Amino acid sequence: MLVLLGIAVVVIGFIVRANPLVVVMAAALTTGLAAAWAPDASVESLATAAIATIAAFGKAFNDNRYVSVVWLVLAAIGLLERAGLQERARMAIARVKAATVGRLLWVYFIVRQAAAAVGLTSLGGHAQMVRPLVAPMAEGAAETKFGALPDRERYLIRSHSAAADNIALFFGEDIFIAIASILLIKGFLEQNGIIVEPLELSVWAIPTALAALVIHSTRLWLLDRRLKQVLAEPTAKRQGAGVPQSGAVQ
Amino acid sequence: MITLAHAYIVGGLFFAAMSLLSLGDASNARRLRNTVFWGLLAASFLGGDYLGDFGNGLLALGLVIVAAFGLGQGKPATSTPEERRASAEKRGNALFLPALIIPASALVGTLIAKQTAWGPLFIQASQATLISLVIGVLVAVGVALLWLRPPVIAPLQEGRRLIDAVGWAAILPQMLASLGAVFLAAGVGEQVGRLFGEYVPLDTRTLAVAAYCIGMALFTIIMGNAFAAFPVMTAAVGLPIVVQIFGGDPARVCAIGMLAGFCGTLMTPMAANFNVVPANLLELPDRNAALNGVIRAQIPTALPLLLANIVLMRLLAFP
Repeated sequence: MLVLLGIAVVVIGFIVRANPLVVVMAAALTTGLAAAWAPDASVESLATAAIATIAAFGKAFNDNRYVSVVWLVLAAIGLLERAGLQERARMAIARVKAATVGRLLWVYFIVRQAAAAVGLTSLGGHAQMVRPLVAPMAEGAAETKFGALPDRERYLIRSHSAAADNIALFFGEDIFIAIASILLIKGFLEQNGIIVEPLELSVWAIPTALAALVIHSTRLWLLDRRLKQVLAEPTAKRQGAGVPQSGAVQ
Repeated sequence: MITLAHAYIVGGLFFAAMSLLSLGDASNARRLRNTVFWGLLAASFLGGDYLGDFGNGLLALGLVIVAAFGLGQGKPATSTPEERRASAEKRGNALFLPALIIPASALVGTLIAKQTAWGPLFIQASQATLISLVIGVLVAVGVALLWLRPPVIAPLQEGRRLIDAVGWAAILPQMLASLGAVFLAAGVGEQVGRLFGEYVPLDTRTLAVAAYCIGMALFTIIMGNAFAAFPVMTAAVGLPIVVQIFGGDPARVCAIGMLAGFCGTLMTPMAANFNVVPANLLELPDRNAALNGVIRAQIPTALPLLLANIVLMRLLAFP
């Protein structure tokens, strides 16, 4: 039971808003020490447990370096931003008169979900697509319709751009038979003596994928309605209120 | 053959450049901390395989300590908003092409490595997407340098401008994955599963299905990863109760159960690469809050979808 203290550290850490890296390390050490703790545990045995926990953490940290390789993308994206990539995304969307934030994100959602469903999960992502293209386009669509955006709505639109990417990915990828989660389920069931084919699993991801599409489409329609309500008042009033024309993400 | 080790060398050189360029950035009062932080990460990428487990653990601890003191944000020279607008007018939609090289390369490389007989000779098939992504970045940077003719140092300085905006959150996903490994070794999952099995009423099909789906979402919120929650909750509730007592079809129960877990992923800052990293990349003011803008945008979809998963499992999984 004591090993659950690690989870408590995580929860408390997030509540008091401590630096998450510190929280993670503290939770790891707590868990390792709790697993070794006994009323008669000696200081040496606890020190050994702490060292073993740091080593286990270090091994996992080294094995998971592939998670951080993706930051390399920023060199290419930054270079293109320098040449006006975000500005171009805004200009391109401003020409499409029918474009609204909700419709634009809806099209992106459909493309992302469909691509993930056939295994193309690498088409998209926050560093590659959302920051350089999707978010500026969504902001551009709103600016074309309503003029300069107040900060609150600007950040709301950015948040929805990231959300569309995540939700479309999560509830599209499981339809593909060779995705990690399907293989994990297959492996888990095999260990328990149940043999299933990946296809038997992935077809049952389709109903949830459709539910996600229906629910999130509704959300994006509501987002458009809300932006219209908040922003459609005469723009002169808001410009008078000194709204900063903040433009691109710097 | 190109392997993950080569991708790590490229990554290590990139982080080493971040470290050195931070050192020379007089506009950043905390430049020494940035230098040490990116330098440690570069050491991990270039030499992690030679440091030993404890050495790597101390390196991770060092990263945490520097991050706890707080990193600064460098201000590398970049183009002005006016220059950017002028460049966007001049170059037109062709600007999108180098950006699309990266996903296109990831896609083509993965297909070649996995679907052709000769592909694995060039690219390690098990890590094809990641390796192809790194190749795509190098090609995109090369194309952009030749076409746009910026200073040669520009890709690294612009990369530093963006990675300093992300800051220490850049390594949070990797750290959380490591915490997951420690949790796994200490048997945290089994304990949670046992508590859940003991104290939650599971008397009817509907209750059992609801408990399994909600349990998947809750445990995913705690662990930040549905893959960590799935074996635990399925071994505690899914298989013994939903499948064996109430007669659910294992493939359907597990497939929908995993997706119930994904609803949890949408609602937790522990899923850093999906929910915290974009908040940093998009420079949201509440990026460090437990429920930042991205998570708040996702919760109203995640909760009805969790309910939908419960209903779907109840209706479809008992043929």
